[in-house]
Amino acid sequence: MTALLEVRNLSKSYQGVKAVQGVSLQVAPGELLAMIGPNGAGKSSCFNMLSGQIRPDSGRIHINGSETTGLSPERIFRLGVGRTFQVAETCLSMTVRENVQLALQSWSTGLLTLRAFTGRLDRNFRPQADALLALIGLDDEADRSCRELPYGDIKRLELAIALAGDPKLLLMDEPAAGMAMKERILLMQLTSRIARERQLAVLFTEHDMDIVFEHADRVIVLNRGQLIAEGSPQSVRADPAVQAVYLGSGALYAQGH
Amino acid sequence: MTSLLRIAGLFLGLSCAGQALAADIKIGEINSYSGLPAFTEPYRKGWEMAVDEINAAGGINGNKLVVISKDDGGKPGDAITAANELVSREGVVMLSGSFFSNVGLAVADFAKQKKVFYLAGEPLTDAIVWSKGNDYTFRLRPSNYVQAAMLAQEAAKLPAKRWATIAPNYEYGQSAVAVFKELLLKARPDVEFVTEQWPPQGKIDAGSVAQAVEAAKPEAILNVTFGADLVKLVREGTTRGLFKDRSVVSFLTGEPEYLDPLQADAPQGWIVTGYPWYGIDTPEHKAFLDAYQKRYNDYPRLGSVVGYSLIKSAAAILSRAKSTDTADLIEAAKGIPVDTPFGKITFRAADHQSTLGAFVGKTAVKDGKGVMVDFKYMSGSDFLPSEADAAKLRP
Amino acid sequence: MELYVVQFLTGLANAASLFLVASGLSLIFGVTRIVNFAHGAFYMLGAYIAYSLTIRWQTPLGFWLALLVAATAVAVVGALLEILLLRRIYHAPELLQLLATFGVTLIVEDAVRLLWGPEDLVGPRAAGLSGAVSVLGRPMPVYDFVLILLGPAVLGLLWLLLHRSRWGLLVRAATQDRDMVSALGVNQKWLFTGVFALGVFLAAFGGGLQIPRDAVSHFMDLSIITEVFVVVVIGGLGSIGGAFLAAVIVSELNAFGILILPSISLVLMFLIMAAVLVLRPWGLLGKPLSRARSMATREAAAWKPLSPAGRSAALAATIGALCLPFMLGDYGVGVASEVMIAIIFAISLQFLMSVGGLDSFGHAAALGLGAYGAALSVQHFGVSMEAAIVIGPLVSAAMAVVAGWFCVRLSNIYFAMLTLAYAQIVWSVAFQWVDVTGGDNGIVGVWPSDWASSPAAFYWLTLAAAVAVVALVRHLTFSPFGYALRALRDSPTRSATIGISRQTIQHIAFVISAFLAGLAGVLFAFLKGSVFPDTLSIASSVDGLIMVLLGGFGTVSGSVIGAIVYKVSSIWLMSNTDFPRLILGSLIALLVVAFPQGIVGTLQIWMMRSRLFAGRPQEGTARLAETGGLS
Repeated sequence: MTALLEVRNLSKSYQGVKAVQGVSLQVAPGELLAMIGPNGAGKSSCFNMLSGQIRPDSGRIHINGSETTGLSPERIFRLGVGRTFQVAETCLSMTVRENVQLALQSWSTGLLTLRAFTGRLDRNFRPQADALLALIGLDDEADRSCRELPYGDIKRLELAIALAGDPKLLLMDEPAAGMAMKERILLMQLTSRIARERQLAVLFTEHDMDIVFEHADRVIVLNRGQLIAEGSPQSVRADPAVQAVYLGSGALYAQGH
Repeated sequence: MTSLLRIAGLFLGLSCAGQALAADIKIGEINSYSGLPAFTEPYRKGWEMAVDEINAAGGINGNKLVVISKDDGGKPGDAITAANELVSREGVVMLSGSFFSNVGLAVADFAKQKKVFYLAGEPLTDAIVWSKGNDYTFRLRPSNYVQAAMLAQEAAKLPAKRWATIAPNYEYGQSAVAVFKELLLKARPDVEFVTEQWPPQGKIDAGSVAQAVEAAKPEAILNVTFGADLVKLVREGTTRGLFKDRSVVSFLTGEPEYLDPLQADAPQGWIVTGYPWYGIDTPEHKAFLDAYQKRYNDYPRLGSVVGYSLIKSAAAILSRAKSTDTADLIEAAKGIPVDTPFGKITFRAADHQSTLGAFVGKTAVKDGKGVMVDFKYMSGSDFLPSEADAAKLRP
Repeated sequence: MELYVVQFLTGLANAASLFLVASGLSLIFGVTRIVNFAHGAFYMLGAYIAYSLTIRWQTPLGFWLALLVAATAVAVVGALLEILLLRRIYHAPELLQLLATFGVTLIVEDAVRLLWGPEDLVGPRAAGLSGAVSVLGRPMPVYDFVLILLGPAVLGLLWLLLHRSRWGLLVRAATQDRDMVSALGVNQKWLFTGVFALGVFLAAFGGGLQIPRDAVSHFMDLSIITEVFVVVVIGGLGSIGGAFLAAVIVSELNAFGILILPSISLVLMFLIMAAVLVLRPWGLLGKPLSRARSMATREAAAWKPLSPAGRSAALAATIGALCLPFMLGDYGVGVASEVMIAIIFAISLQFLMSVGGLDSFGHAAALGLGAYGAALSVQHFGVSMEAAIVIGPLVSAAMAVVAGWFCVRLSNIYFAMLTLAYAQIVWSVAFQWVDVTGGDNGIVGVWPSDWASSPAAFYWLTLAAAVAVVALVRHLTFSPFGYALRALRDSPTRSATIGISRQTIQHIAFVISAFLAGLAGVLFAFLKGSVFPDTLSIASSVDGLIMVLLGGFGTVSGSVIGAIVYKVSSIWLMSNTDFPRLILGSLIALLVVAFPQGIVGTLQIWMMRSRLFAGRPQEGTARLAETGGLS
């Protein structure tokens, strides 16, 4: 099986501080890969390089067979990458449905055709948007303003937006952060199901180890910008290097035992 | 019941009075009252005094003269709004006033379009009666050209050959310098202009400008700046020795509006155009001065003379026309003689420019205040091109 | 050589007073994010009060005491203003404070005229410092040396205050991250008041320092305000050191620039600012701004296309407007035309600001280029009004293609300042290129075709244009393009990850907006029969901002109401009062406090509130709490 996301030797420094050093990883279609590590380990920098927000200093990124190193987020979106953020990024002034409709319109026709000027967004791609909202269970909230939504719903909306571009790869930065426990589990179950059904590659970060060990097919561990462990949840949990990193915080075992 | 009737009668009387007023002759007046109060406040005093004098002397052929005054805030666009209000709503028989050249040009063009008589007071630009002149527009004040010609005549008498110019960087400054250069070079082909400084109006960087002029080693300097720019230039230039052993020729600096704020800092020995109200002993001016001081307990500025003469001119035109029809007003205005504090002037038929002149003299400091000395009145008629030549300048 | 040394020193002296005023502005902006338009007014007020004191205390000590007393007095006025006016609107959209301080500027302008009279005042020279010293054989004012020393001294004092005191620490922290300060449990209110007062003190002291050099006049505020904004932006907003550096650079380039090209000073600093912003988008020593908090609170209520009831109301208003010429005289119809043109101008700016989040401070460029494009084609090529109506907006749009390419690379206040530079550069071309544009004397004789020459016909033309433009802007707002533009405003990060390319979309919006403003410009030219550079002036850009803010920055077309209210009241005040600025300024300050979301925006909130409370009281409260609609 060929990898959908292939990263080789990715590095990035900020003013001499090495945020990410020589990280390599692969994610296969249908696979959920969790990236864990303490705060400041370089997870967000990695994500931002993969989705094009920042340029790597060195290393190469291939997505679905094309090299995407240094491409803009807009170009990377067109190659089939959906992204959610640690702190949700949605358009607060629009309704829930409009958020999805905009992503659908952008994916299908772009926003610079003549019809992008002549048409009305709220009439376009309505069934598709409603289907996506039904999928994540936000169909009842479709007409509400995004600003009125509870934070957990906004995080789910982000998933719907990310799915609107018919992605091959989902990059999810702490998808469940800020949600209630029940919601977290539902969201991750939903994500796993969608990934398997649509053969999506999913790379996600998460602080909640229960979620990681429950839903990830594989886990990679970053510390101080370097990859220190990789493997199945069980093998990573047993890895002494990982234990050393998490020693004291207890996060790794708090709920595992 | 009787009191009710009385009140009704009062209202009736009021409305009758209103109708009587409607038969009065109304002149519209537009100026930059909120934008340029230093000029417009004395100006307003001047024309208010003229209105009262005219009405006290029987009005216009027995009709009462009423001036309706509007503010243009210093913007041509707002002046057009005001002109519209005066013409369409107030039903004035003519427009008058304005200070800035661009406002004057805008109103003049409006007058042409709407076929209304316009008597411009202050705008100095030559264009208003020449290159953009029109049948409906007449202008009172001596123009840029006349001021330049008066100063060039004096400048030609100086031994200086190397000249520098300092002028605000807009049409007024540019045309003042251009005309002065042309006329001085005609009189003195041996003269050369060694540097020109063009500070932005209101934002002169006086130290740097003074230094830059000094560096060109001129023998004489032409100044066209005024207002706050003039204050800065005089202060910096004096401290830096720019004016030492150099002749300076300066536009408008002798007008009280610009000379008085300088007080003891006033420059000495500059050749200027202006208005030495304290030293003019013609009977016309004495009468004006006495009346003005008595009425306002203040001395007149040049603006007062302009405002006063403007309305006196308007009244003369209306009296002579014996009609408020625009065509009649234009006919009446051509060549009309008017008595002003500066003596008799006429509005030339060929280019609609009045022959009002200015005083040319030297500045000095007396009792801690700037004054003009050794001045004489120069009539506009001696400096304007002949009427035949001027007519050719019009479209 | 001597010349260059003296010129350099003169430049430094000029830099000092510029720096003082600019540092105050930078400090205020850095901490409170207030774009303090009244800074020039405080500078002027400082000079007036110092004038009154220096003419009484003509001793060496008295002079400096007068400056300090005057600056303190003005700082107290500033603090009162902050407490009474600005504090009430801190949670309104940021630019509302620009509007409030603009109102204050108008009030101060008329107030000094009432208190000190209309004439320019010339104060005494500083006692003991009035002479000159010889530098390489050239005399230089002693006072200039005092200024040269004073600049770095003030810089040093400010540095000490900011780096060696707890208060300074808080100020620096607030400049970096405002939320952090409130998290530290510091009373943010008094920190803001303190910073505002200090900034005002510096401005007023800078004004007093001008007394020995300059005349005190009611033009002082406007002559300095843009310069200090430019200096602050070149230096980097919130950076005191940057302000110093920028003041020195601007003053020195000006001092030497006039040796080579004497007419350069009109536009020089805007050229420098444009160059700096293109090369260093956050100014020389500035840092990227943390995201503006106004982003989240722009709209008062969710935007929807007009409901059937809304459509009926709009139709009724249009029919009412159509009937106006039967009710008003020629003058009234002329004013109504002017209002229609103001609506087009305002709505074109609102599209950029409200939908695009692009706050242009130079929209006059678009207006004026339309007007000049039309007037020049009438004058030089004798085209008809009908053709000019097409040409004008195209000229404006074409120029916007070029300018927009640079501008949309920036955001927030830096975008605003680059558009300001663009407008000033265009203005100076119109002002200086006398052979083509007629310079300050403008272009006259631009009158409508015969069929549109009656006031009523021309009014109907402007009404048709206004209705079409408002409808078009509303349509665009709800088109996919409009949503893309709004998405970029709401969340640039999200937009990028759903394939919306920021610069292209914003560039197109900039051009569309310029095209529409250009139409307003053409109609303005034909209404007035003439075009002058003041169409391109900062005042004209500010008019546009006021109309948008007054109507409702967070609405789709609230500026229609803003334009009507502002235009009608300013024309009426101009015609009927002796102190139009005093009244207009007070009116603006009142409206800002009464309608912090603009007239339409605030009304929408009231309506939403009453509807929610009437219907489902509990949910209504909860919803409002979430939306922040009550804040």
